[in-house]
Amino acid sequence: MKKIILALATSAAVLGFAAAASAQDKTKICFIYVGSKTDGGWTQAHDIGRQELQTHFGDKIETPFLENVPEGPDAERAIERMARSGCALVFTTSFGFMDATIKVAEKFPDVKFEHATGFKSGPNVATYNSRFYEGRYIQGLIAAKMSEKGVAGYIASFPIPEVVMGINAFVHGAQSINPDFKVKVIWANTWFDPGKEADAAKALIDQGVDILTQHTDTTAPMQVASERGIKAFGQASDMIAAGPNTQLTAIVDTWGAYYIKRTQAVLDGTWKSEQVWDGLKDGILTMAPYTNMPDDVKTLAEEAEAKIRSGELHPFTGPIKKQDGSDWLAEGAVSDDGTLLGMNFYIAGVDDQLPK
Amino acid sequence: MRIELEKRANPSTLYSILSPFLALGLTVIAGGIMFALIGKDPVSALYSFFIEPLLDIWSLHEIAIKAAPLILIGAGLSICYRSNNWNIGAEGQFIMGAIAGAIVPVVFHDWHSPLVLPLMLVFGMIGGALYAAIPAFLKAHMNTNEILTSLMLVYIAQLFLDWLVRGPWRSPDAYNFPVTRDFAPEAILPELIASGRANLGFAFAVLAAVGLWLMMRYTLKGFEITVLGQSERAGRFAGFSSKRMIWFSMLLSGALAGLAGISEVSGTIGKLQPIISPGYGFTAIIVAFLGRLNPLGIIAAGLFLALTYVGGEAVQLTLSVSDKVTRVFQGLLLFFVLSCDTLIQYKIRLVFSRIGQSSEGGAH
Repeated sequence: MKKIILALATSAAVLGFAAAASAQDKTKICFIYVGSKTDGGWTQAHDIGRQELQTHFGDKIETPFLENVPEGPDAERAIERMARSGCALVFTTSFGFMDATIKVAEKFPDVKFEHATGFKSGPNVATYNSRFYEGRYIQGLIAAKMSEKGVAGYIASFPIPEVVMGINAFVHGAQSINPDFKVKVIWANTWFDPGKEADAAKALIDQGVDILTQHTDTTAPMQVASERGIKAFGQASDMIAAGPNTQLTAIVDTWGAYYIKRTQAVLDGTWKSEQVWDGLKDGILTMAPYTNMPDDVKTLAEEAEAKIRSGELHPFTGPIKKQDGSDWLAEGAVSDDGTLLGMNFYIAGVDDQLPK
Repeated sequence: MRIELEKRANPSTLYSILSPFLALGLTVIAGGIMFALIGKDPVSALYSFFIEPLLDIWSLHEIAIKAAPLILIGAGLSICYRSNNWNIGAEGQFIMGAIAGAIVPVVFHDWHSPLVLPLMLVFGMIGGALYAAIPAFLKAHMNTNEILTSLMLVYIAQLFLDWLVRGPWRSPDAYNFPVTRDFAPEAILPELIASGRANLGFAFAVLAAVGLWLMMRYTLKGFEITVLGQSERAGRFAGFSSKRMIWFSMLLSGALAGLAGISEVSGTIGKLQPIISPGYGFTAIIVAFLGRLNPLGIIAAGLFLALTYVGGEAVQLTLSVSDKVTRVFQGLLLFFVLSCDTLIQYKIRLVFSRIGQSSEGGAH
């Protein structure tokens, strides 16, 4: 009995102190990662963002993190631990943390949460995501110019809207240059598995593609492309080190600016729950230097990037037909965000059946 | 020079009882050295690893959550292992139990009744038991090696779950994301007490372990398990059937793993998703051996292993060390348990003689 009372008192004290401490000293801005912070891709990009945040605010904040948190029952505990340890703001950086984030947020109304790439939010849960498809469209343009065979290989992770959207953007970009351009897709059914990703890359190259792009997290496909002497695009982080003569460009997630903006809002007391979907113009997404390509292709890519940035060009502008031949967007029409966020159909030109 | 292990004539009873604690002490010392080597204060690191989680009601709940499937599976496995049936596929039985139990809230989601939860639990046990019946059948009638068959069935279960949540059972309102619909409130395993999220799963685990302990200790079945495990021939003379024992132990451990699976899904996740277990079925093997294949020991071992998970997270956060520390601790622990046990049974002898002389009874 004595023990229980002691434990109760301790936990009450810990909670009390936590609230008081965060008011007095450093504000805690916390991060939960699904992978290892040195994965060379997705999680590393978030960790670089965290380091930029730490450097920006220096002594004013602390940025503890938990890595390799599995998307399951463990996530809820990890997030709750963060909330209990006095974090003012918690970034949960994987789709699979969505429900756990919402559950914990309901229990801790005073702690702010930001969930990456999800679709559920709450009074103290904001969501943030990046318009990766803008970068994929530019990659499509480059692919159509660089490919001799007119066929690209696409290593995809899971058939969720974000990934399908990326494939469509890539195809649409490529077809705006070469209407007959084709894309072959392999579903790796993983975000992070160097072995499977490399196998997928080899299979695609054996099927005759001469450009490779990926929506998985490791540099394995880039390495395979290097060995086989074809060109490829990097994903989430600049993968030039894995393919100095291979990488054409990469979609680089640059979360730092966003993390700084949201932390500032917490420090100022102006944080609000929002659903943010930023793109190239907001700096949440950047393109790695355009390399290993002739100058005219580079110019084309840079012009497209500038147009997307200025809002002059939306990657999903009609006319676009669906894979089954029906019309999706009429001439000049632009897709609304809702359709993109729930996208579960291919556009014409994808050489694959969407897994159902 | 060779190193030989020589069987001790009279292994010390005292030391065999003390062995797990000895191993624990050695683990803590080795862990402390490890922390010192990476430049962290070993005392505060060990404090937040092993003590801090015990001082907070919240983390006690979390330990109970983590321990429940480990104890439930481990207790079932102990019966298997005692009877010399090596079920390595509890992870697969866990998953199949979860799937079978989830039939009720996923397929019949419009049916609301207080019967939902009990039915789920029963289905979960049946699912796990049926899945364990495959290696049991193969061993009993085809004489196959159950270690291989049960292990390989794990991967089939994982891929089957993966296919279900991406295909037929995918929730219509989750934007193509690979999850089933959320379980209705009556399909959620209730929490034990109001102070945290530990659920009935922990009660099941403790009840099952105590029940199995009573069975091993006081019933003929327990005696049968022990005899058949130690010597099948002796068991046959006593009129026990080793074939029936294969069925009994595999179905029992499968049912308990299945119950752990549906409890985990219903109590802490609330739906099915591609990955529902961080390897409970495999960690439970460590738990079973750490608990010396005694169901009561397994309760303690399960709680301790759960502590290493929860404590590992605490250290990661307070001292910003890698999450691999948890794995290292679990590895050290198993290493010391096994070596303590070995050294209690055997003694090390350095042999300086040349090859060819008295090589009988060499290294095991």
